[in-house]
Amino acid sequence: MSRDAKSGSLLIRGGRVIDPLAKVDALMDVLLRDGQVVEIALPNKIRGGADEKFDARGLIVAPGFIDLHVHLREPGQSYKETVASGTAAAAAGGFTSVCCMPNTQPVLDSPEWVTWLRQPQRGAVVNVFPIAAATQASKGAVLTDFRALQRAGAVAVTDDGKPILSDTTMRDALRASAEINFPVVQHAEDTRATQGCSMNEGATSFRLGLRGMNVMAEAAIVDRDVQLAQQFNGARLHVAHLSTAEALKPVRRGKRNRARVTCEVTPHHFALTDTDVRDYDTNFKMNPPLRSAEDREALIAALADGTVDAIATDHAPHAPHEKIIEFERAAFGITGLETALGLAITVLYSGHRMPLARIVELFTSGPARVIDLRGRGTLLRGSHADVTIFDPKKRWTFDAAKTRSKSHNTPFDGRQLTGKVVATIVGGKVVHRAG
Amino acid sequence: MGIEGMPAAEINRLLQLARKMNPLKARPLLRGKQVLLLFYEASTRTRASFEIAAKALGATTTLILSSGSSIEKGESLLDTAYTLRAVGADVIVVRHPNAGAPHLMASHLDIPVINAGDGMHEHPTQALLDAYTILRHKKKLAGLQVAIVGDIYHSRVARSAIHLLSKSSARITLCGPPELLPEITTTLAPGLRITRSCEDAVRGADVVMVLRVQKERLAGLKVSLPDYIARYQMTVARLRLAKNDAMFMHPGPIIRGLELTWEVADCPQSVIVEEVENGVPLRMAVLARALGRS
Repeated sequence: MSRDAKSGSLLIRGGRVIDPLAKVDALMDVLLRDGQVVEIALPNKIRGGADEKFDARGLIVAPGFIDLHVHLREPGQSYKETVASGTAAAAAGGFTSVCCMPNTQPVLDSPEWVTWLRQPQRGAVVNVFPIAAATQASKGAVLTDFRALQRAGAVAVTDDGKPILSDTTMRDALRASAEINFPVVQHAEDTRATQGCSMNEGATSFRLGLRGMNVMAEAAIVDRDVQLAQQFNGARLHVAHLSTAEALKPVRRGKRNRARVTCEVTPHHFALTDTDVRDYDTNFKMNPPLRSAEDREALIAALADGTVDAIATDHAPHAPHEKIIEFERAAFGITGLETALGLAITVLYSGHRMPLARIVELFTSGPARVIDLRGRGTLLRGSHADVTIFDPKKRWTFDAAKTRSKSHNTPFDGRQLTGKVVATIVGGKVVHRAG
Repeated sequence: MGIEGMPAAEINRLLQLARKMNPLKARPLLRGKQVLLLFYEASTRTRASFEIAAKALGATTTLILSSGSSIEKGESLLDTAYTLRAVGADVIVVRHPNAGAPHLMASHLDIPVINAGDGMHEHPTQALLDAYTILRHKKKLAGLQVAIVGDIYHSRVARSAIHLLSKSSARITLCGPPELLPEITTTLAPGLRITRSCEDAVRGADVVMVLRVQKERLAGLKVSLPDYIARYQMTVARLRLAKNDAMFMHPGPIIRGLELTWEVADCPQSVIVEEVENGVPLRMAVLARALGRS
């Protein structure tokens, strides 16, 4: 959502362009004009001037990152985040597009609300693509009007925060999904099995005296959903915040059977495990919870081998009165927009030798494909001028006090990371520049 | 906060100190100190013995129950803690239904917080008074065969006891149905043994500890009550399989006819009453230590 019709021209010079969709990984110059990528060429080959130049030597120049899973908390919960503050945090994290979740107050279940969210008055500094509710008020019973929501600009539907539990409702949703080519995003949790649970079921939960969520509460739902998706040719199922090795099995099965099944993994799930839940610190409490070391290893392997389509943060800001309370009563969720890239480079690249190009893919063309975002997630000529420029070698320490988010609920305060955003460009305009 | 993080040396220090505490002839170590008892859950033993222990040391005590307090108006745990600090508490003894509640309070207060039971997590003073009780009858904890029977999954008493006994090199056998004693329990401490046979658990034991089982829990987990009683209820016949000088323990409250028979509750090997009695000197030691008066 660029605010200016004319953005002038910006020449990004000397950077290493990694554009997985275009199969580019080379030193290139990139020329942006009027909100579009107009030219990419070998260094110093672009003729003519530009209004502005950006020296990207030593840096990676990637398509603007896309986060499929962000809670912007509007309407109704602006005390903990707004479209403006959340997108500012997104920009600081290198994201040029975010999909915001509908579990707001009221739930975003109508075309009117989708339109409202996309209005410039909301103050978004990056592109916002709403994901609307799959059922009315996300009560899980009556489907919303997918077609009308799609027309209003929603990119998918979900009851995130909650699962679509009923077989018939999920079947109807996937049937509708196939009819209009519209993804259904599932928060896969069998809530009948997770009542009163506040972390992963395992040795740690037992020791802490906390009820734990068994991995099957996620995997059984994913399994059922994939079976249903396979019944409707063209149905689009996207598994939100997949966290268990067990749930990867039906995803692999669905992909093998050519169903349009996709999934995302959060940075905290590839960076942390349930043993990190110490001293009842609610900054380690989220849903799905941090899992076992085996689950984490399986997720990392799946991120590498293509089973996972995207890294998505599930940025979930909460106010202090919702988190600095008894562990079992605290809200689920942590922020994540500003630490995603750093965690990906530190854990996946430095820690697990994942190629940078694959990491960039997980932030760009991967998510773009999940929601059919045209002209984004790539720097092919004619694409939107959304660019993320980052330094993969930069060592820095995340300071939660400096976050652009309204909320500070993060387990990564003080964490040393490698990999930092240097500039975020949306529609040709620099919306964030590292200080 | 818990036995889990307590060094063995500290455990021993508290047990030694408790030996020197006589509720009837105590020095007023805590004179002028305010002990705040904050109980969000029902309690007879723990509350009474902490109160008596505090008074025996010359402290003043105030009891706040969640019902009848501003907790009913929605006041948060931390704000309640700040309030009690502000009215002059020198130490807060807290029992709460959520694991980690004492940790939350302690990390925000500059006065000691004593855990009187936090959800399913720990009940440290119970484990300590049970260790104290055992040591009044047995020379040492190391090498003792201890059987713990009952709903271990939901029991903070069990977790604390297992940590303490394990640190003291006792040999622990746990017994109960899988719904109340999952296999993962063995990860709590090294060397834990699980058996589904009550006879097997009790055979040759030096100490048999039975835990309360809640009827509602059994129903919720679809465990048949008659079945539970048939397989796990402590009876005189079962207890006879333990060593001749075995001790029978129960943290209370007991439900006669459920986890134990009337006869077992009153049998000569039962130290249930002594456990309660020992709670007072033990808690005197804990309070004195917390306030630096030992």
